[in-house]
Amino acid sequence: MRELSLNILDIAENSVKAGAKLVRVTVEAVPAEDSLVLTVCDDGSGMDAEMAARAADPFSTTRTTRKVGLGLPYLKMNAGMTGGSMEIESEAGKGTKVTATFVLGHIDRVPLGDMGQTMALLAGANPEMDFVYELCVRGAEDEDFILDTRDIKRILDGVPVSEPDVMTYIASYVNENTRGLLEKYKI
Amino acid sequence: MKSLEELKALRDKLQSDMALREDGEDKIKILVGMATCGIAAGARPVLTEFVDEIAKRGLRNVQVGQTGCIGICQYEPVVEVFVPGLEKVTYVKMTPDKVAKVVSGHIVGGAIVQEYTIGSETA
Repeated sequence: MRELSLNILDIAENSVKAGAKLVRVTVEAVPAEDSLVLTVCDDGSGMDAEMAARAADPFSTTRTTRKVGLGLPYLKMNAGMTGGSMEIESEAGKGTKVTATFVLGHIDRVPLGDMGQTMALLAGANPEMDFVYELCVRGAEDEDFILDTRDIKRILDGVPVSEPDVMTYIASYVNENTRGLLEKYKI
Repeated sequence: MKSLEELKALRDKLQSDMALREDGEDKIKILVGMATCGIAAGARPVLTEFVDEIAKRGLRNVQVGQTGCIGICQYEPVVEVFVPGLEKVTYVKMTPDKVAKVVSGHIVGGAIVQEYTIGSETA
């Protein structure tokens, strides 16, 4: 996949299927350490140790249409290409946390891409769930951006988050408020 | 810069629109396949284009959503259109460029865009 935001959209679908109520996506860049860490953390049904150990294997999947599943393997590959890695922590009944570590400035590091579209689609297509997206850059002075669909819904006051106008708003809200950080730190 | 103040204005506009609208089960549904295969083939910009086009035209009886893999990954991005009372129409190998034609022809005009359907594909 050509953008990390596509990997995020893809693996967040696992959280949707796991019945999560809240999915937290965090992208943390530390330019001084040349690192970029992505975490996707949910409060869904989780996995037992055996399934968690097999989750990054393309020949293990929850899907029923065929016997391969490429969501987590793609993310692992993207992290690995930069010399980074991916880790899955999960507990049945509690939730799952996927952490992917990248070398920020590595030539093969896939750009973060359009997180606005990803968050708008996740929020709009799963209106009963909540999503938090946090982008932060750690340095002498931390800089960050947070989108929390619980805040959005409070403002919407009953207007569905799945309304096309609202989804379009969320996409541009995220992109316009993070563009500066993404360009400045080449995320 | 987009602010949350703009969202409040949008909410007020949508609230007054919704007061006028009759909500029911008669909505047209547009579902885009968003499993790994769909996403890798370019489903996200297709879904976004549908959302933008529906918002731009102010179509109130249309719902855009996502679905999983229906097993025809070689035809992704796949889009299914459900018009109440009619048979499902499956569009394949969709791109953002094709979206406006599907919305104006099929969703608004009621005429299926045959050239984009799975039936006109030779595998």
